[in-house]
Amino acid sequence: MVGKIFAVVVALVTLVTAYCVITHVWWMPVDISAHGPKIDHQIEETILVAGLLFIAGQIVLASFVFLYGGARGKPKQIPGGAKPLVIFAFVLVGTEILALSFIGSKAWGAVYFAAPDPSSMPIDVQAGQFAYYFRYPGLDGKFGALHPEMINEGTQNYFGIDPEHDPDAKDDIVTAEMAIPVNQPILLTLHSKDVGHSFYVRELRVQQDFVPGLDIPIHFTATQTGRYEIVCTQLCGLGHYNMKAYLSVLSQADFDDWLKKQAAMQ
Amino acid sequence: MAETSVQAAHHAAPQGFIRKYLFSVDHKVIGIQYLTLSMVAAFVGMALSWAMRLHLAYPDFRIPLLGWLSPNGAPNGVMTPEYYLSLMTMHGTIMAFFVLTAAPFAGFGNFLLPIQVGAADMAFPRLNMTSFWVTFVGFLLAAATFFIPDGPPLSGWTAYAPLSAVGSVAGPGQGLGQTLWVFSIALFCIASLLGALNFIVTTLDLRTKGLTLSRLPLSTWAWFIDAWVSLLAFAVLLPCGLLLALDRLGGTSFFIPGGLVFNDQLQPHSGGSPLLFQHLFWFFGHPEVYIIILPAFGIVSHIFPTFIRKPLVGGWKVITFAEIAVGTLSFVVWGHHMFVSGMSPFMAMVFSVPTLFITIPSVIAVLVWVFSLYGSNLRFDTPMLYSLGFVSLFITGGIGGFFLAQPSTDSYLHATSFVVGHFHFTMGLSAIFATFAGFYYWYPKMFGRMMNEKLGKLHFWLSFVGVYCVFMTLHLTGFAGSVRRYSAFVDDFMIPLMPAQRFMTISALLLGASQFIFLFNAIWSRFKGPKAADNPWGATTLEWDTTSPPPSDNFGGRQLTVYHGPMEYHGEASVMQTSPAASVAGT
Amino acid sequence: MKTHQRIAATVFALLLLFAVGLLWSTPGVGAAATGQIAGTVKLDGPAPHQKPIDMSKDPSCAQTRGGTPAAGESVVVGANGGLANVVVYISQGLSGDLPIPSKPVTFEQRGCQYVPHVVAVNPGQHMTILNDDKTMHNIHPEPKPGGGNNAFNKSQVVGAPPLDVTWASEEIAIPVKCNVHPWMHAFIVVVKGPNGVSDANGSFKLENVPPGTYTLTAWHEAFGTMTQKVTVAEGKPAAAEFSFKGK
Repeated sequence: MVGKIFAVVVALVTLVTAYCVITHVWWMPVDISAHGPKIDHQIEETILVAGLLFIAGQIVLASFVFLYGGARGKPKQIPGGAKPLVIFAFVLVGTEILALSFIGSKAWGAVYFAAPDPSSMPIDVQAGQFAYYFRYPGLDGKFGALHPEMINEGTQNYFGIDPEHDPDAKDDIVTAEMAIPVNQPILLTLHSKDVGHSFYVRELRVQQDFVPGLDIPIHFTATQTGRYEIVCTQLCGLGHYNMKAYLSVLSQADFDDWLKKQAAMQ
Repeated sequence: MAETSVQAAHHAAPQGFIRKYLFSVDHKVIGIQYLTLSMVAAFVGMALSWAMRLHLAYPDFRIPLLGWLSPNGAPNGVMTPEYYLSLMTMHGTIMAFFVLTAAPFAGFGNFLLPIQVGAADMAFPRLNMTSFWVTFVGFLLAAATFFIPDGPPLSGWTAYAPLSAVGSVAGPGQGLGQTLWVFSIALFCIASLLGALNFIVTTLDLRTKGLTLSRLPLSTWAWFIDAWVSLLAFAVLLPCGLLLALDRLGGTSFFIPGGLVFNDQLQPHSGGSPLLFQHLFWFFGHPEVYIIILPAFGIVSHIFPTFIRKPLVGGWKVITFAEIAVGTLSFVVWGHHMFVSGMSPFMAMVFSVPTLFITIPSVIAVLVWVFSLYGSNLRFDTPMLYSLGFVSLFITGGIGGFFLAQPSTDSYLHATSFVVGHFHFTMGLSAIFATFAGFYYWYPKMFGRMMNEKLGKLHFWLSFVGVYCVFMTLHLTGFAGSVRRYSAFVDDFMIPLMPAQRFMTISALLLGASQFIFLFNAIWSRFKGPKAADNPWGATTLEWDTTSPPPSDNFGGRQLTVYHGPMEYHGEASVMQTSPAASVAGT
Repeated sequence: MKTHQRIAATVFALLLLFAVGLLWSTPGVGAAATGQIAGTVKLDGPAPHQKPIDMSKDPSCAQTRGGTPAAGESVVVGANGGLANVVVYISQGLSGDLPIPSKPVTFEQRGCQYVPHVVAVNPGQHMTILNDDKTMHNIHPEPKPGGGNNAFNKSQVVGAPPLDVTWASEEIAIPVKCNVHPWMHAFIVVVKGPNGVSDANGSFKLENVPPGTYTLTAWHEAFGTMTQKVTVAEGKPAAAEFSFKGK
């Protein structure tokens, strides 16, 4: 009796889980990036492969418990013993693994092994307890040098630039929100002011940690306008849960307007 | 071989409370001390998780007792964000180290391994006693962090640098709290290394006559393999902790680069690498999760034959080689915790392949357990129920691994609650269910009494359904991008998930409440449970060939000889390892 | 001398001693401390451009601001060139123990800015920190190491009770930040004796000043310090004007 209940409970749990996953009860938001479809496809493939293994494993477990609970007489081993099981594991799981790795490497490569488009717009991103600040190079296309000892958040010199003495820094535009034109390749350089942070935009299918001491590039192209949240996913202290900035993907005209307004506020 | 091996020093039965129960060199007492410590730690860790879950789902709720424990951390019982992170850090630390690494390995292993190999004690009994007390002091240091003004550290059990390295300027709890934490972990490392040494030498050198490696009980095999993994992994965590301590206290900069600014103040460090910390930590951290799960494999593999009344498919070899493969591969996969860390993306692919391949021996193990059920005479005593539950939970947990083992899919799911669901299933719940299985199975041997079956089954059902409710939901919210280690959910996209948060909190509280059934059963049965026979389950290994509980030298002066492997089960009948009777033909 | 004369002389001597001792032990601020110093601080030169503050990282800041835009507060100049947030205090000339005001100084987090931007407090005087916002803040002052004041880092969630803080030593000035809202920045100036902080028009007033001649110091976070001598008489408010040169 206990065995039959166990089998039914396992089967139920399996079905409820599968149902929730298949019907996407809580799911990923719509993808807005050029490389996103590859990642989403990989996730769907993995759900299929892993899902089948999950359902098969639980159902076989439940079935055997159901069938052999309380049985009497001489027990018997599965025909063939362990050999078919080991072969199955190597062959089936091995093949799945190789397939996932091979296809998955293309999805990963689209993010990391492809060189950034030469026409990419560069944006400097700084993460620090507990906010993001962004820097656009201005008309000269050059970023001013950073001087950490000059960082003074009280006077809003978040990056530690020296516009009075550094001509490259004079026209740098520092903003608290990131705006980008739609369908424009973007090249971000991530650096941290203090501890580890991370840059996560679900819709962009981008997640990259900031590592103190390193300047980390990531590139992407957004394909839909809208307002999205950049949130921190690397534990950085008490304000971690509240550390975010907004990302606006705008038409080229709207973006130019926005940048002009930001430049006027420097 | 047994004849030329070193014999453990025979010690006369100790007298007096202190030598018998407190500072005892008897491996059985030490094993029970570890189990008791881990039970206390488990309830502390669980209480922390209840406070965390309450805060997440009901942020304005005034948690009773919390304001009294820390007026600073929870004024009027409402947690500050830093206190939430502190509780989370200590929840992870206490559970991962003092519960999951201590109970299945040091707890059961200490009590049973010497008996299962037919020895009178571990190879180094005094070293064994030292290991326990060093672990205990480590736990006291961890507990002490709750009682200092700034509270426990908030950097998570992973304590990434520079957050953990620069001191109190990075946040509350990062001063003395983090320092105490580092020393607590360092002590745990030392104790684990000493313990691993003891397990290895005892298994190799103290086996009794006739006990070849091919006849070793499957639990002994798992503890033996685990001890090797433990030795090599903790040997890296210890120096990692020392380097962190030096950065904090000695002015070094192993993990801290130059140019860091906190609160508009430039920090006086330069030249260090935060990624170095991550590599060192995870080089330990990944094998650690296998250090936790391998004894569970062993316990379940040991229990299964008793209740299916036949050997496991593939005998001792298949499951044991699967465990060796898992243990070995565990050392080359650590980078999968670092796919988006800034590590070379090429290395990400390199780490991904063995991470996926480790699925194969894990699948082999699961197939052995599942397909051993075929054609069996299944009995559903509580230990078996928990062992079956373990298999179901491990399948679920392992499946989640597929998503996290690939860098492309991990780039979306990293640091979401999907990861939290995954590791709780694999590391937390499976190992705990195996621990419960072992507890219900060996309780009669340890305490001479049977635990109550009805309460045991009730505990099982409530726990099994409860854990799926809490931790499967975490996988689902993870797909929605729910970020982990958040003390509150204020972002636009998190608000729609609040019903799920409330569901998980209520399930978690009910799940927690059901654990008191186990606690009651464990304590009540000690005094009121029916007396246990020497071999209540009809099992075969050496621990069942002595009294319940065993005498101080385990076998009452007898020198055992082993004639059979550990899985001679034939339906109702079984042949004990020490029985000179011939095996049944065909086995 | 007869006995009754000796007794009377002794008693008189003792009484005299007692009276002298009483006078000696009385604190120096024996006379009523009702003097005042008032005046204005001006900025001589153009007010430097204060960059507007973008608070979009925390939309709930806007809820308590009521649409008022925020700008940096390092130099705040009023309509007639009055310089705000200047702490005026007596740096020389005060003697003896000065009574610590029993009324605490209030330091608020409102609209994701500190109100006031510069606060002056006596050593030992209580400071009440309040969070009026619909978001959490953390208060992270950074006093000089070894200066006698202790750093701390405490958060105040929405609806949290007020924090009560006292400072042990004089310090000019302790910077205080919120890390969650990095633009939030203020100064806590811990000085002994009467003090005042200039308002939006540059006006300041020091109350309860005992009569005497003093050195008055004016401190501004960007322009540094200026001093002048001032004499305070009973019933006659003393005046002092400061003018900082703009950069």
